[in-house]
Amino acid sequence: MKNELENYRMMVLIRRFEETIERLFSQGDVKGTTHPSTGQEAVPVGVCAALGPGDMITSNHRGHGHFLARGGDPGRMMAEFFGKATGYSGGRGGSQLMADYGIGFLGGNGITGGNIPTAVGAAFSAKYLKRDRVAVCFFGDGAANQGTCHEAMNLAAVWCLPVVFVCENNQYAMSTPVAAAAGVPDLAVRAAGYGFPGEVVDGNDVEAVTAAVGLARERALSGRGPTLLECKTYRLSGHSRGDPRRYRSRGEEAAARKVCPIVRYKAVLTARGLLDEPADADLVRDVEEQVAQAVAFAKNSPYPDVADLERGVFA
Amino acid sequence: MSERVISYTDALREALAEEMARDETVFLMGEDIAEYGGAFGVTRGLLDQFGRERVVNTPISEPGFTGLAIGAAMTGTRPVVELMFMDFLPLVADQLLNMAGKLRYVFGEQAGCPLVIRAPGGAGRCYGPTHSQNLEAWLLHSPGIKIVCPSTPADAKGLLKSAIRDPDPVFFMEHKMLYPTRDEVPENPDLTVPFGQARKMCDGEDITIVAWSWMAALVDGAALELEKLGVYADALDLRTLVPMDMEAVVASVKKTGRLMIVEEAVRTGGVAAEIACRVFERAYDCLAAPVHRLTLPDIPISASPLLEAAALPSVEKIIDMALDLVDG
Repeated sequence: MKNELENYRMMVLIRRFEETIERLFSQGDVKGTTHPSTGQEAVPVGVCAALGPGDMITSNHRGHGHFLARGGDPGRMMAEFFGKATGYSGGRGGSQLMADYGIGFLGGNGITGGNIPTAVGAAFSAKYLKRDRVAVCFFGDGAANQGTCHEAMNLAAVWCLPVVFVCENNQYAMSTPVAAAAGVPDLAVRAAGYGFPGEVVDGNDVEAVTAAVGLARERALSGRGPTLLECKTYRLSGHSRGDPRRYRSRGEEAAARKVCPIVRYKAVLTARGLLDEPADADLVRDVEEQVAQAVAFAKNSPYPDVADLERGVFA
Repeated sequence: MSERVISYTDALREALAEEMARDETVFLMGEDIAEYGGAFGVTRGLLDQFGRERVVNTPISEPGFTGLAIGAAMTGTRPVVELMFMDFLPLVADQLLNMAGKLRYVFGEQAGCPLVIRAPGGAGRCYGPTHSQNLEAWLLHSPGIKIVCPSTPADAKGLLKSAIRDPDPVFFMEHKMLYPTRDEVPENPDLTVPFGQARKMCDGEDITIVAWSWMAALVDGAALELEKLGVYADALDLRTLVPMDMEAVVASVKKTGRLMIVEEAVRTGGVAAEIACRVFERAYDCLAAPVHRLTLPDIPISASPLLEAAALPSVEKIIDMALDLVDG
C-alpha cells in the first residue's frame, strides 16, 4: 500500500488534471468531449492502492482518475486530449479510450456498461492461465442498470472468477438521479441476487475504499469469487463538457464540496500530523507544475501523420 | 492418394480438436456445447477429450459471454465462442463492433484480440424469421472484424484453423445446410487455408458467378447444369468476405464481361451490393451487361416450407438468372 501522502497527492493530481482539462475545453484548446471525475478521486486512488502489479483494470467513459491512479502518464494522457501522436492512442481514442496493458490498464470504454464483461473476461483468463491476479471493473450507477452488468456479474458468480466490481455511485447518470433509475437505494444489495457479497463503501474515504478492495482482492485470490463494492461518492463536475447541471441545485453541490474526498483526507492527514498548510501548499504547487508540464508536452507534441489513417485496423 | 471423406461438421470438430491440442490457450465457450455438443453437434465429444475447463458451457447470456471472451482474448487466451444461431448477432453487436473491432486501431499493437465467434446462419430448415438469417452484411459495414464463410468441409477445417491462429477477431459463418455435406478433407494437421483467396469452383468464359457459404455450394451445382446447356460459368467461392479477394473477381469479370452475385440475405444494403460497386469501380468498362443479383426480397424469412423456398435462391433460380444474363 502506498503511503498516505502519496495517495493524497494523487487525489490532488486527479482534481487538478480534471479542472485543467475542463478549462482547456472551455477555451477551445481541446475538441470533442470529456467526462470529468472531479469529486470522485478517493475511489480510483483507494482502489489502486490495494492492487498488485499484475492486476488488471477495465475502465469506463469517466476514466481519467482510474488511469492516473494506476500509473498513467499525465503528459501522454493530455496529448491524447489534444489529438497528438504522443497520446496514448495516438489521437485515435480521445478522452474515453486510452490504455496501457503494461500496467494492467486495459482501457476505457465509451459504451456505458460495455467494460463490465471485459473485466470478467480478464478474470477468466487469469483463472484459466493460473495467474495470481484479479481484475477490477470500474463502472457507475448508470451502468449498473445495463444488461451487460447483470450478465457479467452472473457469469463471474457461476464460474467463481477473481473480479472486484467497483461501482462508483456518483449519484447521477448524466442527469438522472439514482433513485429514478434503480428500485433499491443501495445497488450493493444486488450482489445477493448473484450469490456473492456486496458492500456499501464510503467512496469519499480513500482509506475505507482501500480496505474494502483489499479484502475483496484477497477473497478473489483465494478462489472465493467476486465482490461488489458500491462506493458512494459525488460528481462535483457536470456530466460532460457543457453540462449546465439544471437537474440539481448549486446548494447541493456546495454541500458536497465541503465533504469532498480531498477536503476530508487533508483533515485526516493534518490531524495525524502528516500535513500542514505550508506542506499542502508545496504539494499543490508541485502538482500544478506537473499538470502544466503535461499540457506543455501535449501542446509541443506533433500531430499524427494522416498517411497512417488507414493503418492498424488489423495486425 | 485419395483423401478421406468426412462431413462439414466433422471437419469443424477436427479443426477445433487439433487447434486445442496444439495450443493450450485455446478454449471453447457457448451455450450447450459440452454434454449436448452444441445445437448442431459441432463440439460433440470435445468435453471428454479436453475437459470442462476448456469446453465451457455458458448460461443463456450472449452479450455477457461474448464480452467476457473479448476480455479473455485481450489477456492471453484464444477463445472460440459458439453463437447458437447467427440471428443472435444483434445481441452481441455492441461487444463486437464497439470493442473487438476497434481495440487494435485505437490501442495499438498491445491490444491483440485473437477471438473467434462461430455462428450458423442460413435458411432451408423452416426455422422461421428469427433462426434463419444471414446477417454478415451488418459486420461487413463495421471495420476490424474478419468474416469467414466456408462452403466445403475442407475449407471449413482449413479456414477454422486459420481463424483460431489469427491475431484479430474473426466472425466464422457456418451454415445449417452445409453441416451434413460430405467431401474429401486432408488429414494433415498443419494444413490451413489462408484468408482472402477466393476458390475457383468452375472455369468458364461466359459469365462470372460469385457466392459464398451455402450459396457457393448451390452455384457449384448450377454451374454443372449450365455447362450442359452450353453456358460456361466462371464460378467463384469467396471463402472470406473480410478480406475479400476482389482481384479474383475483377480478373474474372474482365474475362467474361458478365457478373452475377448470389446472396442468401435480403437485397438492400447487402454484400452483393458492395461487390457490385467494387466491380463498377474497378472494371466498369469490362461489363457487357448490368450486374445481376439473386437475393432474398426485403422480407423476413417465413417458416412455411413453401414460403421459405419461394424466397430463397435455388439452383433453378441461379440457372434462370444466368441464362437471362448471358442472353441479355
